[in-house]
Amino acid sequence: MQNSFVYFIDQLINGLTLGSIYGLIAIGYTMVYGIIGMINFAHGEIFMIGAFISIITFLVLGMVGLSWVPLALLIVLIVTMVLTSVYGWTLERVAYRPLRGSPRLAALITAIGMSIFLQNYVQLLQSARNKPMQPVISGGIELMQDRGYVVTLSYMQMIIIVLTVVLMVVFSLMIAKTSLGRAQRACEQDREMAALVGVNVDQTISVTFVVGAVLASVAGMMFLLYYGVIDFFIGFLAGIKAFTAAVLGGIGSLPGAMLGGLLIGLIEAFWSAYFTVEYKDVATFAILVLVLIFRPTGLLGKPDIEKV
Amino acid sequence: MTTMHASDVDVRPLDVPAMVKEAGLTALVLFGLTIGLVGFETRDVPGGVAIRTRFDDVAAVVVIGFIGRIALILLREHRPRPVLIGTVAAAAGMLVLLLSETLFGPHTGAVVKSLIPFDDPVVVWGLFVVTVGFAVRAVFAIRHMASTLSLEERDARMDRIGARVQHAARLIGPVLLALAVVFPFTPMADRQLLDITILVLTYVMLGWGLNIVVGLAGLLDLGYVAFYAVGAYAFALLGTTYDISFWVTLPFAGLMAATAGVLLGFPVLRLRGDYLAIVTLGFGEMIRVILLNWYTFTGGPDGISGIPRPSFFGIAEFTRRAKDLPAFHELFGLPYSPIQRIIFLYYLILALALAVNFFTMRIRRLPVGRAWEALREDEIACRSLGINPRNTKLTAFGIGAMFAGFAGSFFATRQGFISPESFTFIESAVILAIVVLGGFGSQIGVVVAAILLIGLPEFFRELQQYRMLAFGAAMVLIMLWRPAGLLAHREPTLRLFPRGGGPKGAT
Repeated sequence: MQNSFVYFIDQLINGLTLGSIYGLIAIGYTMVYGIIGMINFAHGEIFMIGAFISIITFLVLGMVGLSWVPLALLIVLIVTMVLTSVYGWTLERVAYRPLRGSPRLAALITAIGMSIFLQNYVQLLQSARNKPMQPVISGGIELMQDRGYVVTLSYMQMIIIVLTVVLMVVFSLMIAKTSLGRAQRACEQDREMAALVGVNVDQTISVTFVVGAVLASVAGMMFLLYYGVIDFFIGFLAGIKAFTAAVLGGIGSLPGAMLGGLLIGLIEAFWSAYFTVEYKDVATFAILVLVLIFRPTGLLGKPDIEKV
Repeated sequence: MTTMHASDVDVRPLDVPAMVKEAGLTALVLFGLTIGLVGFETRDVPGGVAIRTRFDDVAAVVVIGFIGRIALILLREHRPRPVLIGTVAAAAGMLVLLLSETLFGPHTGAVVKSLIPFDDPVVVWGLFVVTVGFAVRAVFAIRHMASTLSLEERDARMDRIGARVQHAARLIGPVLLALAVVFPFTPMADRQLLDITILVLTYVMLGWGLNIVVGLAGLLDLGYVAFYAVGAYAFALLGTTYDISFWVTLPFAGLMAATAGVLLGFPVLRLRGDYLAIVTLGFGEMIRVILLNWYTFTGGPDGISGIPRPSFFGIAEFTRRAKDLPAFHELFGLPYSPIQRIIFLYYLILALALAVNFFTMRIRRLPVGRAWEALREDEIACRSLGINPRNTKLTAFGIGAMFAGFAGSFFATRQGFISPESFTFIESAVILAIVVLGGFGSQIGVVVAAILLIGLPEFFRELQQYRMLAFGAAMVLIMLWRPAGLLAHREPTLRLFPRGGGPKGAT
C-alpha cells in the first residue's frame, strides 16, 4: 500500500493541511522578527490560547442551541480572532515594549517567561486534561480509489486550505496596498527613519502583534477542528515548528513563511507515512539545522551582512 | 513624614476624565483577556466537555484592574496619600476576609468567607501582597516626593549594588563557603532542608557551567539540558550495565557530554545569537525525543532504574550491612543513619560546584578565557586580531557541556532513577533564567538566583499549581525591572593601571 500513488496523494493532502496551520503561525514569527528583530517565543502560546477560546466559544454556542454550522463557524472565527488579538496586543505592551533598546537577550528571556506564564495560566484555569470536541464538520469528497484504498478530501481539509488561502490574500493585500501595510514595511526597513517621516512606530508594532495573533488564532481554531483535541501544551511544539518554517522560508519574508510552513507540513506528513512517526520531530529539527548551516538566509530570505 | 513640599515637584491638577478613560481602557483590556479563559471553564464530563461560567471572577478582575490603574495614575501624578489610605483599607479588608474563620468563628466566618470573589484564597493572598506593595510604594513616595525612579537611575543604583556585592564577594565568598561547609552539622539541617540545598547546589553548578557558555562566551544556549541528559544517561548506562563505580564513571560521563557538545556545536556555532538559540533548543528536543523512543537502549519512557549509589571514595558503602565493601558507619564507628549518605551527597555536589567555580575563575585569566569574553563583546574585532572564533566558541561549548555532564551524573546517582521526563525544555529555561537573572558572568549572582528560583519555591510546595505561573511571571518582572540581570556588573578583566596603582582618578 505504501508505494501506491493514492497513498502518496493522501499524504500530500494531509501535509498541505498541516502546512497551512504551520504557515499561519509562522507569519506571526516572521513579521515580529522583521520589525523588531526578536523571536517572539510566546507566539506558540497565542496559538494555543486561540484554540482554547475556539473550543469555549463552540461549547457556548452549543449550549445556546445554535446548530447551523456555517453561522457557528463564522461566530467562532470572529470571537476567536478578537479575543486572541487582545492577548497579542497585551503581550507586546507588557513584556516587550519596555525592553525595546535593551539587550536582545533580555527580550528573549521575557518571551520565554511569558510563554511559561501563559501555559500555566491556561492550565490553571482550564485544567491540564485533554479537551476533546465532537467533529463539527464531517464528510468529504472521494477523490480516487485504488484496490480498496480510498482517498478522500474531507470538507474540513477543504475549509482549512481555502481559509488559509483567503487569509493569505487578504493579508498580502493589507501589506501591499493599505497605509497600515506601508507603515509596517517602513518600520521593517528602518524604524528611526520611519519615525522621522511621521509613522507611529509604537502603534505599527502593536498592529503587527495583533495581526500575528489573529492569524495564529485562526490556526488554533483549525487545529482544534482538524484534530478534535487540544491541551495547554500544544503551543510549544507547534510554535517551534512554525519558527522552523519561518527560518526555512527566510525569516522576515512573508511568502517565505507560508512556503516554509507548507514544506514543514509536507515533510512531517511524508516522514510519518514512509518512515517512523516517533522521529518526525527529529526530522523537522534536523531540517532546521541543515538549512541554517547551508543557507542561513532561508529559501526566500535576503542576505544579512553584518558591518562594523 | 517630612514637610518637604510640592515646590520641587511638578504637581499638575488632576485630569479626572482622562484618568477615568485610562483606567477604563485597562478594565476593557482585562475584560477582553479574561472573558474567554476565566469567564468559562471547560469541565470534563463523561463523553465530552461541558462548560461552567465564572463571570463573578471576571467582574472582580475588571474592577480590581480599574482601581489598580487609578492608584498607579495617582502615584504617577504625585498624589500618594489617597493611595496609601486606600491600599491600607483594602489590605485590612482582605485580611479580615481571609482570616474570617479564625476571627468570627466557623459559623459567621463561613458566611464572610463566601464574599471572597475567587475560588481559591491563594489568589486573594496574592492580591493582598500586591496591595501591600502599592502601600509601601506610596509611603516611599510620601517620604521622598518622587514616586518613581527613571530606568537609568534605577539601573545606576542597582549597578552600584552589583559592584558592591562583587567587591564584597571576596569577603562574602569565604564566609558563605565556611557556612556551606559546616551547614550539615548545624541543628537546623534536617533531611528536608538538606535535600533542598542539594537541589539548589545542583542548579548552582549547572548555572555556573552554563555561565561559561552564555555569560563568558556570549553564546545563547537553549538546549543545555541535552548535555545534562547525556551525562546522566551515560552514567546510568555505564553504571547499570557494567557495574562500574561512580568515581570511575564520572569522568566518562563528563567526556561523553563534552563530545556531544563539540559534535553538536561544530556545525552551528557560526550562527548568530537568536538562530543559535533556536538550533540549540532543537538539539535539546531531539536528544529528548531520541531518549524517549530508542527503547532498547535507553528504556524509553520507563527510564533507567537501579543506578548505583556513590561509594565513599571506593572505600566504604552507605549501606546498613557490609556487602562487597565495608559499611561506612562500621568503618568509622558511627551509629547507622540514612542521613550519612545525604550529607555525603551534599559535600559531593558542593565540591563539584566549587570545582566549576574555581575552574571558571582561573580560566578567565588564561588566553582562552580572555578570548571568550572578547568574542562576546565584538566578534568582528576578534577575527581581525587573529582569534579563531569557531575553535574558541567550541572550547566554551565543550567545557560547558562537560560540566553539565558531571551534574547529570550526580543527578542520576542521587535519584537512582532517570527518565526523559527530567530533561525537558523547561529545565533549560530554568537554568538559563538562573544565569540571566543573576546577571551574566556574575558567579555570585548565579547563587542568588538559584536560591530565589529553586530554593524559595521548594518551601511553598503546597502552592504547587501556582509555582510555574509565578516562575514565569518572575522571569518577566525581573527582566523588566532590571534588563541586565540582578547583580550584573562587568568588572574589566584587565586593567591598564592596576587598582590603586594608576594615575589619580582611575578606579
